[in-house]
Amino acid sequence: MAEAVRTATVRADPRLASLKRLAIVPALNEQGGIGLVIDEIRAFDPDLEIVVVDDGSRDRTAEVAAERSAHVLRLPFNLGIGGAVQTGFRYAFENGFELVVRVDGDGQHDPSQLGALLEPLLAGEADIVVGSRFAGLAGYRSTRSRHVANRIFAGAASLVTGQRVTDPSSGFQALNRRAIALFAADYPHEFPEVEATVMVAKHQLRRVEVPVVMRERVAGRSSISFVRSVYFMSKVLLALFVGLFRRTVVPMEDR
Amino acid sequence: MIPVAISIAGAVASVLLLLFVLELIRQGRLRERYAMLWLASGVSLLVLSLWRSGNSTIAGWFGVRTYPPAVLFAVATLFILLVLLDYSTVISKLADQNTILAQRLALLEERLKDR
Repeated sequence: MAEAVRTATVRADPRLASLKRLAIVPALNEQGGIGLVIDEIRAFDPDLEIVVVDDGSRDRTAEVAAERSAHVLRLPFNLGIGGAVQTGFRYAFENGFELVVRVDGDGQHDPSQLGALLEPLLAGEADIVVGSRFAGLAGYRSTRSRHVANRIFAGAASLVTGQRVTDPSSGFQALNRRAIALFAADYPHEFPEVEATVMVAKHQLRRVEVPVVMRERVAGRSSISFVRSVYFMSKVLLALFVGLFRRTVVPMEDR
Repeated sequence: MIPVAISIAGAVASVLLLLFVLELIRQGRLRERYAMLWLASGVSLLVLSLWRSGNSTIAGWFGVRTYPPAVLFAVATLFILLVLLDYSTVISKLADQNTILAQRLALLEERLKDR
């Protein structure tokens, strides 16, 4: 019994205590895994509020999350990951949260690594921290085509932003109030992280990557077909290119 | 010169299109904003159908000597493309607004649950 108690919690940083903080968990048909994700986030920091954004699930995802007394934002139909995550950012912005972490509901993000993710934010060195699979730590095994796609996105994003970007499609992120405000007002639709990388640079927010290890998807469809990946690739590159010249919805601040 | 038969057929078709569009507006089934491109295409095709020498002149500019009525087809196709592109922008705007509505609904429902 004593061992069970000992392994229970990874203590959160004391600097967190004064901050109103939220975990945004986008989820689609994750009734089997969402409970564990919520438990793991609480194990990291019991006072981190959790909002599950149910992106039109047809299973009991929302009920399971509500039973664990997480806040649940239930979208009436599927918006796609961008629209779902933005709902969470709007929730965070309207309810005055000062700090947000994003942990995907499919379990690929390991909440015990949130400490590393939060460090640059708490030190005031970053506005947005992104957990990168390719910035050092080994462990992430990916299909060849996905790896190639990520390298192309990383190259394009680095070129466009003039910063070193190793993992532009990672959704494992921590954000401060400035970044929350930006994404609440304006966030890309499908496959949003790559495009958001450019937005962040344009708005001169400080983006920092920290190495993380992501877990394999337990279930779910990771097999994106070839045609679909070509479509995605073209769309994201188009968005990156057009993003350079896009009128910004949110006025840019001077820094 | 356009053959007279084609001129008449083009004019009749254009007038029918214009009348149909105007009727849709009158019945309130078509907003003026979306009718503008249709009206412009109807008027353009009507003018090109009736003004036979003008049509031939325009065809000449593009080196079309053998079959001047091709200009009618080209103009009609151009307007169809314009209308479709206009619709794509309209759909994009509606999709964006739809997203915002869904998000607001989810946020409001959550707020109601707290009471």
